[in-house]
Amino acid sequence: MASLRMLLEKPWIWSFAGALVVWLATIAFTGGYGAGGMVTAALSLAVFTVIVGVGQMFVITLGPGNVDLSLPANIGLASAVAMKVMGGSDSMIVVGLLAALACGAAIGAINYLLIWALRIPPIIATLSASFIIQSVDISYGRGLQIKPPPGFADFTNLQVLGIPVLAMLTVVFTVGAALALQRMIYGRSVLAIGQNIRAAWLAGVNVGRVRFLTYTLCGALGGIDGALLAGYFRGANVDIGNEYLLASIAVVVIGGTSVAGGKANVPGVWGAGLFLVLLLTMLNTFGVSAGVRLVLTGLIIVGVITAAGGEKAVR
Amino acid sequence: MLQAIADIVRLNGAEKHFGAVRALNGVDFHVGAGECVGLVGHNGAGKSTLMHMVAGTLRPDGGQIAVRGNAETSYSVARALELGIRCVFQELSLCPNLSVAENTRINHPSLTGLGWRRRAADLIRAKLDEIFPDHGISADDIAGDLSIGRRQMVEVARAFTLTREPLHLVILDEPTSSLDAHTAGQLLSFVRRFVGQGGSCILISHVLGEVLQNADRIVVMRDGKVVAADAASAFDRDRLVAAMGGAEGHRKAPVEARKAEAGALRVRARPARQEDGKELVARAGEIIGLAGLAGHGQTDLLLAIFSAAARARAGIEVTAPVALVAGDRQSDGIFAQWSIAQNIGIRSLARLRNGLLISPRREAELAEFWKQKIGIRTPDMNNNIFSLSGGNQQKALFARALGSDAEIVLMDDPMRGVDIGTKLEVYDLVREEAAKGRTFLWYTTETEELDNCDHVYVFKNGRIVANLRRDELTEEKIIQSSFGDAA
Amino acid sequence: MLRGLLPALSLALVLIAIAWLNPRAISYFGFNLMLNLAIPIALATIAQMFVIAGNELDLSIGTFVGFVGCVTATWLRDAPLGGILVLLGAIGVYALLGALIHLRNLPSIVVTLGMSFVWQGLAVLVLPKPGGKAPDWLLAIMSFKPPYVPFPILAALVIAIVVHFGLMRTSYGVILRGSGGNAAALRRAGWSLLKTKIALFALTGLFGVLSGMALIGITTSADANIGNGYTLLSIAGVILGGGEFVGGRVSPIGAVLGALTLALAASPLLTFMHIPPDWQVAANGAILIIVLAARVLISRRER
Repeated sequence: MASLRMLLEKPWIWSFAGALVVWLATIAFTGGYGAGGMVTAALSLAVFTVIVGVGQMFVITLGPGNVDLSLPANIGLASAVAMKVMGGSDSMIVVGLLAALACGAAIGAINYLLIWALRIPPIIATLSASFIIQSVDISYGRGLQIKPPPGFADFTNLQVLGIPVLAMLTVVFTVGAALALQRMIYGRSVLAIGQNIRAAWLAGVNVGRVRFLTYTLCGALGGIDGALLAGYFRGANVDIGNEYLLASIAVVVIGGTSVAGGKANVPGVWGAGLFLVLLLTMLNTFGVSAGVRLVLTGLIIVGVITAAGGEKAVR
Repeated sequence: MLQAIADIVRLNGAEKHFGAVRALNGVDFHVGAGECVGLVGHNGAGKSTLMHMVAGTLRPDGGQIAVRGNAETSYSVARALELGIRCVFQELSLCPNLSVAENTRINHPSLTGLGWRRRAADLIRAKLDEIFPDHGISADDIAGDLSIGRRQMVEVARAFTLTREPLHLVILDEPTSSLDAHTAGQLLSFVRRFVGQGGSCILISHVLGEVLQNADRIVVMRDGKVVAADAASAFDRDRLVAAMGGAEGHRKAPVEARKAEAGALRVRARPARQEDGKELVARAGEIIGLAGLAGHGQTDLLLAIFSAAARARAGIEVTAPVALVAGDRQSDGIFAQWSIAQNIGIRSLARLRNGLLISPRREAELAEFWKQKIGIRTPDMNNNIFSLSGGNQQKALFARALGSDAEIVLMDDPMRGVDIGTKLEVYDLVREEAAKGRTFLWYTTETEELDNCDHVYVFKNGRIVANLRRDELTEEKIIQSSFGDAA
Repeated sequence: MLRGLLPALSLALVLIAIAWLNPRAISYFGFNLMLNLAIPIALATIAQMFVIAGNELDLSIGTFVGFVGCVTATWLRDAPLGGILVLLGAIGVYALLGALIHLRNLPSIVVTLGMSFVWQGLAVLVLPKPGGKAPDWLLAIMSFKPPYVPFPILAALVIAIVVHFGLMRTSYGVILRGSGGNAAALRRAGWSLLKTKIALFALTGLFGVLSGMALIGITTSADANIGNGYTLLSIAGVILGGGEFVGGRVSPIGAVLGALTLALAASPLLTFMHIPPDWQVAANGAILIIVLAARVLISRRER
């Protein structure tokens, strides 16, 4: 009983509960048909949201105003870079992945450079950067060999016992991220900065370095996500990352991370990622139109943030 | 009964709590018509909280408020303004993006319609001319571009402007803190004129002379209570200081010649605005005091020293790791989401690691050690930091600094609003740590704390104006240097 | 001082560049063509400026403009009364969002990001396929050809003056700006911050509606995605116009100048410089960064 209460106090439990409800509603509608397949599909798609979601979570946890709006452009460019470097050859997979990672990390570093050098809010810095990245991508992506090497495409679609290998790897990655958040100096520093940046500085936290690392990490995760997406969907394109701007922010918020900063949790990102994918599956199964789907997605995000409320600073 | 009607405002048994902190503890307070009431007390005595209540910006948790003899059940800012009660708050409340005239408009709902801009400008200009004849402020100046002194002048003048709403009582909370002696004098003589014409004023000031000379009656507060109230003529400086609690609990530290002669140099710093060769020097084992009026560059120098420890800065030499104990806990110290243990551990994370990960066991050990050593009163160090009273929160911040590897501890007026018991415990601890070789740089606004220091540097206008050894340290010397024409 | 002139300076620079590259563009006909889309951009920028004046941000203005466009090209033509009611209702939704954001102390970025999906979804529902047609009266207004001064310039002038008067010169405009400058001071003076927030959001809704209608009056038909770029353009326009994200420092005249700068720099200038349209978006980003960098330099020197 006590452990149940403790479980209910966890901020991330609600996103998993939501995912479960949506899943049950869908299989009730289909009469149980495709229940397992739905989970498999949800896992494979949620992976991409979770990876960028974790990056976005660290950025948002830095405090009010911190958000990375350049993720879609970043994902688009990195997917093109990865596919070009791989050049359709299996032997270049690792090099291509590294290139995507480097490309994303560079974008993240530039984002922070703009924030720092121009002393402008992260929103406008990542926004201006995303304008430029988008153009680079459009002009770079033209006439490219965009198909992934067969080995890479197979790998991103690989499943063991109905569970996508990519999802397993992502679970490992998120466990690491959770450890970094709660048990490493880096994570503690991020949480401290998010609660009170001045107090963090006065407590000896190297604010500049931690923020730089966070934006770079978020960029790098966007880069690797782009490469994986291009493998999974068998091709890179400019718009491949578009939906991940809202999705990355939504999973952070729905997952119980505070948008006011300083309070974050990694499991919630998984719960919210699954919830969003299953919700789309459900709406598709019910046969609703694209318009209704968009409206519902938007309303759910507004509803969740309203229910979570803006936490006022405890005074 | 007649007496009650002549009251502008009367509070009975006013109470206010902020979490575990009792800001006001059953206060009776009243202001009569045509009276200037001086309100004094140490920082955190509850003066500002009481004034927020009179102005309607805070609701009391208990007690009644009556205005001109009528009990007010749903008192609010709007109601206070309607009844002619206004307040000039300590923290500036101008909108920095608006012009002087526009800021005037904000306080006057009736300034609308055609030509309101001209009327607002005329209104504020006339009042500025009346109070500060040579003010040099234009009604079109943007508030944010004005110097802090001029902003304060605008704010004070604005509170006395008249349109449709009546004006009976103006609360002036530290109205002269950013004014030079000349303008402060202009303001105070205006206040006397205003009171002479039947208006009422509450004057809060740390400059006791101002209160003694200008108030008709003086109310002294301490620890959320009124401890003395009498005609101003019945007070003199010593009686005021005694009532505020300055003498009580005042325990001259043993003046043993603990002078560790010429310990290793820890800090050498020259304030950015220092023009002569004076500089602050601190050696191992020393407790150095930074004195002078609040906001005269002490905090700036501490912050400069703090930054210099991480990255070299011109004019400042720091030879050992530094930690800072913040005075403004909420904005500079506390991490609101965290437990007491986490709040203590943040400065020492590198030492709490086991491999790559922070060890929860070591973090708990550190917290438990300091819980015993400094006496943090809590059942569990894993409780949220806000479960502690203000004094214990401050102890946690001391534990953060003292539990770290820092050899130099900077203290930014950390005893603000802390009870006397906690203070004495911390004083002992500071001396004990200094005896072990740590260096303390201690900025304080409370003169008696300077008795704990080996050396005191007095600041004025961002510069060091005096360097006093402990044996030559007296309150008069500090006041002389703080107010003197030097520098 | 120099800082206040920066918006005008940036516009002048772009104009000089265009005049140098293609002198014939500086003409009645040339401006009509180059500033084709300037009116809806300016209106959207003004819309964004109102929320920014209250220290908030609207990430849904683009899809909102798209939604308004779809309603304009369908219902406003076929059933004017219903169309008007829907548009008024949309402004009401904005007012409600302002109230919600204030009462629950919500981050406007997340709320409006969610709303951007709602507006987009509604736009798709109203107009599933590109099409529709603007009402004739709207087409007539937008193709108005005044003597001597090209219509877009005239319209920009009118917008700038009207909003400048409303926000900078009226007595309630002071309160609206004050709410961004020092909300606590405003509350202490007895003003309702709920009302100011509602007013600012409602004004954003109103100018969003005007922007959507103006856009359809120019393009004549609609598409659910037609306004998507406007979110970013509007934010960029406010910032170029000297506005700041916090502190209630905004300038309607600057915002309109910023919008014109963006309208000119995005496409005509690039065309004259023979830069492929791929780099249009990048040009916006680069201008933004250059102007912000200039601002940092100027404020450093003025300090």
